[in-house]
Amino acid sequence: MIDREQVLHVARLARLQLTDDEVERMAGELSAILAHVERIGELDLEGVEPTSHVVEVSNALRPDEPRPSLPREVALANAPDTDGEGFLVPSPQA
Amino acid sequence: MIELTAKQLADAIGRGDVSAAEAFDAYRERAAADDLNAYLWVAEERPEAGAGPLNGVPLAVKDLFCTEGVPSQSGSRILEGYRPPYTATVVRRLAEAGAPLLGKTNQDEFAMGSSNENSGFGPVRNPWDRERVPGGSSGGSAAAVAAGSAPWALGTDTGGSIRQPAALCGIVGLKPTYGTVSRYGMIAFASSLDQAGPLTRDVTDAALLYAHMVGRDPCDSTSLEHPEAIALPSSERLDGLRIGVPRDALAHEGVEPGVLAAFEATLARAEELGAAVVDIALPHADHALSAYYVIAPAEASSNLARFDGVRYGLRRDADEGLLAMYTHTRHDGFGPEVKRRILIGTYALSSGYYDAYYGRAQQVRTRIAEDFRAAFRECDLVATPTSPTVAFKLGERVDDPLAMYLGDLFTIPFSLAGLPAISIPCGLSEGLPVGFQLGGPAFSENRILDAAYALEQAIGFTPLEVGG
Repeated sequence: MIDREQVLHVARLARLQLTDDEVERMAGELSAILAHVERIGELDLEGVEPTSHVVEVSNALRPDEPRPSLPREVALANAPDTDGEGFLVPSPQA
Repeated sequence: MIELTAKQLADAIGRGDVSAAEAFDAYRERAAADDLNAYLWVAEERPEAGAGPLNGVPLAVKDLFCTEGVPSQSGSRILEGYRPPYTATVVRRLAEAGAPLLGKTNQDEFAMGSSNENSGFGPVRNPWDRERVPGGSSGGSAAAVAAGSAPWALGTDTGGSIRQPAALCGIVGLKPTYGTVSRYGMIAFASSLDQAGPLTRDVTDAALLYAHMVGRDPCDSTSLEHPEAIALPSSERLDGLRIGVPRDALAHEGVEPGVLAAFEATLARAEELGAAVVDIALPHADHALSAYYVIAPAEASSNLARFDGVRYGLRRDADEGLLAMYTHTRHDGFGPEVKRRILIGTYALSSGYYDAYYGRAQQVRTRIAEDFRAAFRECDLVATPTSPTVAFKLGERVDDPLAMYLGDLFTIPFSLAGLPAISIPCGLSEGLPVGFQLGGPAFSENRILDAAYALEQAIGFTPLEVGG
């Protein structure tokens, strides 16, 4: 089970605002999903290695050679706000 | 011309029976007139394409592939109008091979969904029955191919997002071995699972498109060379092939009788063609769905942290300070399913819960890969229905996320193990297409395509009428 407080805590971690209605609904839906997910707790997994990547690739290295990057104006072209040199964001203190 | 498969169209262009420009214009017109909401963008004119062997046969591409200067929104309002500065490797490769970009297809937002109802740009309708979903998340690509508004299409599959919509729309969909197709330029959902693949009218087209998608890419360090050249399939028999069927998994109560009947009839055909059908066990398949719905949301919650109103896409309430901008932008930009998965993923990765959820899910993943390794000692390929049900009605499952997730029951185990699997149409149930899933060991695409081709000839499935 996951309650309103936990939903709000996780939403804060995820930088996600939720309305009161959404908090209510998510608490119910997340509880149902987690109850299903928690069935993995039934298995005996003692000593089983975790798999984070399914295909064996190790040390995928490339030569450390400089290459052109995106031109600045191209990188900034989709930004909501810029000063022409960088991304503009509001003050964290506001 | 519209009734030709992509391979037939490429051949017709090669012979000079029809020009590449005529083919593009004909499909451009059909795509522009699409009334299934399958497209989010259609090319105004024919783009430059390479003089490759695909001869100019146009390609529909799922929205989440970045295409330079062309809207690439991953079905999300948070990326509305986003035009990337570069093109995904696989789209670039296919253009160079002679398949120009026809349009961008609708999808569930960030590929999260099995019905296309989670798109920020409205649901897609199934051309077999407009009151029903096309499946998801590559629902626009599947609907476009089934309705003949594209000769073929690109999709992506994380837990079934190519195979399930292919099944529900009566077409072919191939999820390749993880790593064989570059992910560079795919807007990420769950990076350890995401893989691009073809959605096509027949198995030959799937082989042809996939043959031009594979290969290592310096821009994706998880990509690798396919050890085999991908060949066009030609087998008419299945002599000596052992097809394993996980009988315990099939006993799940959610599997519709009509789906099971079409599946069993296809197994009988396989036996007539010389295959041996054997029982196998996938003891952890029952827990695959649970593990998937930890791993995929966990990776998604991390991947989607980048959508914060700073570098691209939507921005809200910048005058209320940085934190309010982040949280309000994400509230307004993401739909309900994406929010759900971000919250589940963040919860599963949060302090105190990591071991119980993410750690255990990764251990289950190991068990599932071991199950398949053991199974492939008893058989060459594994068969299941692709989806436990045929296409369901729009709106039928939107209020029950768990019911929606259960639709991925048979596709997810292959995804977690990184294995290739195809869905081919194998018959109808209640007048709607049923998909037959055939999966194999890593890099066994040639064998899968060959077997699927032989079955396809034997089944003789009648697709939707698309000519005229």
